[in-house]
Amino acid sequence: MKHGSVRCCLNMAIVALATVLLAGCASSAQQGFTLEFWTIGREGEAVTQLLPEFEQANPDIHVRVQQIPLTAAHEKLLTAYAGGSLPDVTQIGNTWIAEFAALDALAPLQPRIAKSKLVRANDYFTSAWATNVIDGTLYGIPWYVDTRLLFYRVDLLREAGFEAPPRNWAEWQAQMDAIRTKSHGTRWGALLPTNEYDQLLALALQQHMPLLRDGGRYGNFRSAAFERVLAFYMGLFKRGDVPPWTNVQVSNPWQAFGRGEFVFYLSGPWNIGEFRKRLPESRQSEWSTAQLPGPDGPGDSVAYGSSLVILRRSEHQDAAWKLIEYLSRPDVQTRFYELLGDLPARRSAWDSPALKNDPRLRAFRAQLEHMRPVPQVPEWEQIVNMMQQVAARAVAGQLTVDQAAAQMDAQADEILAKRRWVLSHGYEYARARAR
Amino acid sequence: MKPRVHGWLVNGALIACTALVLFPLFWMLSVSFMQPGEANALPPPMLPLHPTLANYRELFANAGMGRYFANSLIISTSITLLSLACNTLAGYAFAKLRFAGRERIFGALIGVLVVPAQVAMLPLFLLLKYVGLINTYWAVILPAAVSVFGIFLVRQYARSIPGELLEAARMDGAGELRIFMQVVLPLLKPILVTLAVFTFLTAWNDFMWPLIALTGQQHYTLPVGLASLSREYVQDSGLMMAGAVVTVIPVLVLFLALQRYYLRGLLLGSVKG
Amino acid sequence: MNRASIAWLFLTPALLVLGVFFLLPVLAGLGLSLTDYDLYALADFRNLRFIGLANYWDLLHRPLFWAALGHTLYFVVIGVPLSMLASLGTALLLDASAARFKPLFRTALFAPVVTTVVAVAVIWRYLFNTQFGVVNFVLAHLGIPPIDWLGDPHWAMPMIILFAVWKNFGYNMIILLAGLQAIPFDLYEAARIDGASAWRQFRHITLPALAPILLMVGILTVSGYFQLFAEPYVITEGGPLQSTVSVLYLMYDQGFKWWNMGTASAVAFLLFLVMFAATALMWRFGEGQENAP
Repeated sequence: MKHGSVRCCLNMAIVALATVLLAGCASSAQQGFTLEFWTIGREGEAVTQLLPEFEQANPDIHVRVQQIPLTAAHEKLLTAYAGGSLPDVTQIGNTWIAEFAALDALAPLQPRIAKSKLVRANDYFTSAWATNVIDGTLYGIPWYVDTRLLFYRVDLLREAGFEAPPRNWAEWQAQMDAIRTKSHGTRWGALLPTNEYDQLLALALQQHMPLLRDGGRYGNFRSAAFERVLAFYMGLFKRGDVPPWTNVQVSNPWQAFGRGEFVFYLSGPWNIGEFRKRLPESRQSEWSTAQLPGPDGPGDSVAYGSSLVILRRSEHQDAAWKLIEYLSRPDVQTRFYELLGDLPARRSAWDSPALKNDPRLRAFRAQLEHMRPVPQVPEWEQIVNMMQQVAARAVAGQLTVDQAAAQMDAQADEILAKRRWVLSHGYEYARARAR
Repeated sequence: MKPRVHGWLVNGALIACTALVLFPLFWMLSVSFMQPGEANALPPPMLPLHPTLANYRELFANAGMGRYFANSLIISTSITLLSLACNTLAGYAFAKLRFAGRERIFGALIGVLVVPAQVAMLPLFLLLKYVGLINTYWAVILPAAVSVFGIFLVRQYARSIPGELLEAARMDGAGELRIFMQVVLPLLKPILVTLAVFTFLTAWNDFMWPLIALTGQQHYTLPVGLASLSREYVQDSGLMMAGAVVTVIPVLVLFLALQRYYLRGLLLGSVKG
Repeated sequence: MNRASIAWLFLTPALLVLGVFFLLPVLAGLGLSLTDYDLYALADFRNLRFIGLANYWDLLHRPLFWAALGHTLYFVVIGVPLSMLASLGTALLLDASAARFKPLFRTALFAPVVTTVVAVAVIWRYLFNTQFGVVNFVLAHLGIPPIDWLGDPHWAMPMIILFAVWKNFGYNMIILLAGLQAIPFDLYEAARIDGASAWRQFRHITLPALAPILLMVGILTVSGYFQLFAEPYVITEGGPLQSTVSVLYLMYDQGFKWWNMGTASAVAFLLFLVMFAATALMWRFGEGQENAP
């Protein structure tokens, strides 16, 4: 390689570098400022359509939306926290609020509520609002509510000899057994992916026994109530009603549901939109939704949902609050529902015709009044992931119910060890209370 | 065995091996031009029916690949330039300059090779975080600016420079730095190219540390961006293969163009000097 | 400025970078592994506790750590010999006098080495897809029922081993090829005249001549294979049923997913100890073989 060409290459590299740096500088010389808004999953696409109106009303705010995939969201948020690259305002799963509050990453919102005309606490579903309050401080505004209930194939259930969806566990089991028998084993009763924790969690929360005891200091998985749930859950797989698949093996659950590979599907509200989109119009009457069956009657489900939070380190907290207020307007919430199928967190938004008259939403509306929150400890995500991993091994036949419960308890206790120390030495929480 | 049969067997085996080895890369290229969803069919298609650039368009328009490509380019180039400077200076010093403890320090450096890089990753992350360098290009560039392997390569090569040449220059009154720039560097050109190719390839393909140190999406390099996309677009094989192509083609081309230097470096580095 | 000081000047950038970005973190890592640094400590440094060797103790009593170590050893013990066999086999083919178009074949067989792990791991995931993957399609034609590569805990690791062998065998192939080409042709001639078969020539000329290179290459490959991370991260995410969790994957999971950095540091050091022991053993074994008559 000639000497001259080396220099030439070096020059080109420097020019390229300089161009990129200049490009970076140029973009920040616009008018006003940029508000960084992170969304999780498909919400980003829908939100982008709601933003032009907001930006028109607030010309000096430019909102930049970044979409994080759902499976990586928790990891990304934590990593951004550790690396100091959190945005100004973000969507966050309500089960993670305790964690980020403990990290002192979120700005308290109570003072802003007091002054706001648009956000009124009593208009929100009680359990949804409660998940945003940690130790008496409000950290987030519920954006949409989410829960888990049964989607099912009406026509296939009728074929098996049942007109109505199950109301309790015994009925559910009987219906799934019948489906298996009548289809000669070609059709599964339900799809409960073994690498997702939502299904077992929803069932577990139906027992009115907390999953962690002693103020969230120890696991409570060896309680009789939880072992009953675990036995029921494992039993479904053992009887052959549910296939031992992960969601990797069923990469297209909608297709599988449409083809009738299984009758029941324990899932969330986004699938209302998905099934409407992916199944042809002629087949829309073939599916419906039902409240989750509990051990003795219609049961509770898990109080999921996403909230909007303002990050403590943000330099544009007032602008962030304006965006939150805008997205919390009942009419905007309704439009958001129409775009994506996410259920509004405000009761007044449910009064709109689109939501009131949809028969499939009735089950959701009913379920929303029967929701139970997950334990609000910072380690919850770690604990529930561990619970799913142990349950998956139990389903695969590596553990009995007792062994699985014991292991979950032991590992939960280990995960919570630091929390016990922090609580007893009071450093973190004393500071929080002092604020 | 008859030579003819022997020849057929050997070449046949070579062709079979090559086909097997190159097949995944060929398939990657083929699927990247397929229509969305075309590859998820039985029997698996080998060639696209109606080749399309849609996957590439989607990649650069919506998946932000252009940004990742630029980041990879900037980071890899910077690492290459910086490490060329540092490694060459050190390698030459170890080869040709006399100073107390030279062999012992070099031995210690070889000892560094024994420790896996991952041991340093966690504390390095915390270190960089406390000085505010996490999620910047520097977090990836600085730790890679020096490689013991690179120093080793340069030292091996520089030892072959005749001492008389340097002595003569010194007698003429030239300073060490001038000798380095005007006498040594031109002689080291082949190994410099080798080192540059090696370093660029390693930097471009590096995954674990950029995954850890670049926490914001706007700084992702291609491997990190691709891994992140793969979690999201699990079903979209066409899009993912297009991403794989964009990641792999630059280094393959670089390698093909300069493989003489790369392979020489590989051999030089592994044969004990 | 005398020559010695100039030498130190030349060395300074390199030593500075290595010192600050390698030596310092390694020492700090040792310290970190003696604390319980986690999310609480990340939030507030005052939540940090010095706990001595408790992390190591907990890890050595944790089933997942031993499982991860087991998976990694499985990967090394099966993968390295497979890889070396592939490298030696292809090197022998390329060295054969009957081979044509050698540079072409050599380049093609080496190509996987320079590809990005993440990119080809993504390709691998699709090739081994249970329903639509090419591999199961070919197996079906051979009469073998489809294997659930991504979902079956027994088959996920073999798939990853195949991947690692495919990706890396070219590297050692080049080195072994150089070694083969360095063996004087006269030795083979003499043996042929004496009537030795190809196999005997291989066993008594080729292998002994290659022995030192084989050892060195083996140690390097073992060392590299212990650092299994990218493949489980991209292809299987540690699954199914955590059957592809390697030690480094555990470290990443603990350290950068859950931010239990004290535990993760301890994992890293334990890995270092295991690697050191393994490579030292191999070295000793090799030296012993060399000194044997």
